[in-house]
Amino acid sequence: MRKNNRFCFNSIAILLSLSVSAFLTGCASSDKGVNGQVIVYNWGEYIDPETIRMFEEETGIKVIYDEFETNESMYPKVESGAVAYDIACPSDYMISRMIDNGMLSEINYDNMPNAKNNIGAQYYEQSRGFDPENKYAIPYCWGTVGILYNKTLVDEPITRWAQLWDEKYADDILMQDSVRDAFMVAEKLNGDSMNTLDLTELTAAKDLLIKQKPLVQAYVVDQVRDKMIGGEAAIGVIYSGEAIYTQKENPDLVYVIPEEGTNVWIDSWVILKNAPNKENAEKFIDFMCRADIALMNFDYITYSTPNVAARELIEDESIKYSEIAFPDLSQYDNLETYVYLGEDGDSLYNELWKEVKAH
Amino acid sequence: MKNAAKKIYIGLIILFLYAPIGTLMVLSLNASKTRAKWGGFSIKWYIALFQNEEILRALVNTLLIALLSSLVATMIGTIACIAMTGMKRQAKSILMGITNIPMLNADIVTGVSLMLLYISLGIRFGMGTILLSHITFNIPYVILSVMPRMKQLNPSTFEAALDLGSSHINAFFKVVFPDLLPGILSGFLMAFTMSLDDFIITHFTKGVGVDTLSTKIYTEIKKGIKPEMYALSSLIFVTVLTLLILINLSPDKKEKK
Repeated sequence: MRKNNRFCFNSIAILLSLSVSAFLTGCASSDKGVNGQVIVYNWGEYIDPETIRMFEEETGIKVIYDEFETNESMYPKVESGAVAYDIACPSDYMISRMIDNGMLSEINYDNMPNAKNNIGAQYYEQSRGFDPENKYAIPYCWGTVGILYNKTLVDEPITRWAQLWDEKYADDILMQDSVRDAFMVAEKLNGDSMNTLDLTELTAAKDLLIKQKPLVQAYVVDQVRDKMIGGEAAIGVIYSGEAIYTQKENPDLVYVIPEEGTNVWIDSWVILKNAPNKENAEKFIDFMCRADIALMNFDYITYSTPNVAARELIEDESIKYSEIAFPDLSQYDNLETYVYLGEDGDSLYNELWKEVKAH
Repeated sequence: MKNAAKKIYIGLIILFLYAPIGTLMVLSLNASKTRAKWGGFSIKWYIALFQNEEILRALVNTLLIALLSSLVATMIGTIACIAMTGMKRQAKSILMGITNIPMLNADIVTGVSLMLLYISLGIRFGMGTILLSHITFNIPYVILSVMPRMKQLNPSTFEAALDLGSSHINAFFKVVFPDLLPGILSGFLMAFTMSLDDFIITHFTKGVGVDTLSTKIYTEIKKGIKPEMYALSSLIFVTVLTLLILINLSPDKKEKK
């Protein structure tokens, strides 16, 4: 017993000293680069790590990279000021909320030639929905929300949201389990705006969703992808960024933008108001807008890039001219982008969504 | 008949416990990225895992924090137990109550309050804040497992050692400590596992660019969890399993009465 104890002690002592030294070296390595640092807050898996390495090498700026998983979890972290981030990459409606609360700093396009020249004008145009003068946000990734269907499991092509209410597809429909995306479908079907705060329009949307509920197989988030690939459902509401990947895995799948119109989402780079390294932040964003870098990120993330110069460099013609990845936005007049609805608006939507889910 | 029912029951329990892990291990060997399709047998996710610096760094962070926090918490917790035995009854029960509250408290409350505390004190978030938080929530678990052992202790042995001319410190390490050791070890292991699988408190107190495995996996939600994580989880499971088998096979078990 005694011998055993000594062995235990020795091993604990060794482990302790090892871990202390590892801990200290770990701290030391987070030093600043030659030209300072930049702190970036981005979605998980939303950048090719290689591009960060290249940026550090070319500029001598150390990148401290942090990841978030939802807009809602990003916001309080930035707001609390526990960490002074330089750059974040929120979605449209969250950007309008941050603009409303004076959390963003204006972009100086003179310092960012790539952002000015490489990002397509139509995407800046679309951004005006949440950033009216294009003063704060530089588009990074975008896409549409649409219907993915399995052509072997349906009788006719699906082209409209209304078909998600067709009783013959009972138990074969997957809806998005998020307030705004679910209501967007019903609101567009009713011909209303997806940013409406009109109570009659909202009640109509809610009633429609309740009516659809018995037909829905499940309200899911990222399982749509796997379920559709596996043929577990016939029709699903999905983000266009996932569509190309699912089609590669299962060629029977077809992605459509519904006739009634849909949501265009844009995740954009923004520089925060109290960013300690504003100059480095401009360099970082501009670097990400360089055509070759944007292409690397497009290959890695596979979500549509607003970078026109990068799109020119895509070699695979089927992707370069893909209707899914790069639909011509000017062909549609009923596409909208989410706008922040204010606290009251948010809680109204949540309240109604709860009624739908609890029904 | 009764025996068969017993076996079926045990079998069901084991099935429900291990079927998810089994599925995960099978998927980690799937060449296709999606769970919906079997793309053939492949170990490419294991290779990718060892080339993925971010995941490996998160793994190192996790182990480091678990080890350091549980060691420190074990020391503090044990010392607290010793001090508490010398206290008056009322003071002791009040202190026990105070240490029990954080365990019953929801993790998210602990996490948010620690975050607010660090902000108001102006502490920079990083590895250090995670470590501090983990030590904090680990201490009650150590006290919980050392305290019963402490109560079983016979105070006369310590006094006898003193009577025989031993110094206080010597008497503690030679007489009291060996008796406490099982409690201390189980407290350490408990603290280690609690730290290892904590997500919420880490999420609120972590600094920029520092990730543990649980927070790293969580950030992958938007794009779907990568199969490398399946591979890593399988490896961790197999390691723990072999360790447990080795410990249970070790000969010193027979020496015990």
